[in-house]
Amino acid sequence: MSDNEMKLEIKSKSSNEAFARVVVAAFASQLDPTIEELADIKTAVSEAVTNCIIHGYDGKEGTIHIHCRLEGRELEIEIIDYGKGIENIEIAKQPLYTSKPDLDRSGMGFTIMESFMDEMKVESIVGVGTKIKMRKEIGEAV
Amino acid sequence: MICEYTKDNRELTIKFSGEIDHHTCDVIKVKSDYEIQKYMPKKVVFDFKDVKFMDSSGIGMLIGRYKQILRIGGQAEMVHTSKDIKRIFEMSGIFKIIPLREEASL
Ligand SMILES: Nc1ncnc2c1ncn2[C@@H]1O[C@H](COP(=O)(O)OP(=O)(O)OP(=O)(O)O)[C@@H](O)[C@H]1O
Ligand SMILES: [Mg+2]
Repeated sequence: MSDNEMKLEIKSKSSNEAFARVVVAAFASQLDPTIEELADIKTAVSEAVTNCIIHGYDGKEGTIHIHCRLEGRELEIEIIDYGKGIENIEIAKQPLYTSKPDLDRSGMGFTIMESFMDEMKVESIVGVGTKIKMRKEIGEAV
Repeated sequence: MICEYTKDNRELTIKFSGEIDHHTCDVIKVKSDYEIQKYMPKKVVFDFKDVKFMDSSGIGMLIGRYKQILRIGGQAEMVHTSKDIKRIFEMSGIFKIIPLREEASL
């Protein structure tokens, strides 16, 4: 499988959550992932995009960029918003931590991304935005 | 989403379908709360049999409904969680407050 790349720009609308995870899953399909791997990717993307919409942009209009790269059997996903940013990333990443319990959030998004992908990194600057970088190796080595 | 209420045991079954995410939870929350307030059930059973996708929005949505159910003195239970959904719920520890009904006892 040769290397590949795609970029997607969407508005921060909740109806785009399903669209974004299906597009990334379709892109990842080139690597012949298992049904479980596809479900993991869809869930992780859904978490990151939902966070951009709810937290990054506080429900207001904004732009979300999704950048995917395939290299060998590795899928790399970047999900970026230009919203309010995260003050303390370590606290934000803790299981069950949420800044919006009133909106019925559970604080499990980062924990799910971390456990469903091989690697998850958060870069964020307050007032500038947040970038989530995730990697996952797809399929078995032959 | 289908809701079914049985009078004799005052049990409300809320059967979700399709995808549970931040977008679809808006409608799910309004509909569930309406049914819970309408019947004031003793027990609410959340059925995940027809759910094709769920992310963390499902956990928060259930905890929110659970608070409603507690307020009216009811109990809650889940059934038919697929492997994927079960994994997400297990991570959050939600089964401690809304237990999973074993298939055998159905
Ligand atoms: N893109 C973002 N921009 C700003 N803050 C963010 C962003 N993503 C996450 N956060 C912060 O990190 C916290 C934890 O995120 P996480 O996804 O783990 O939980 P949650 O979104 O609050 O709840 P859940 O994902 O379970 O619905 C959020 O409550 C928010 O304060
Ligand atoms: Mg989240």
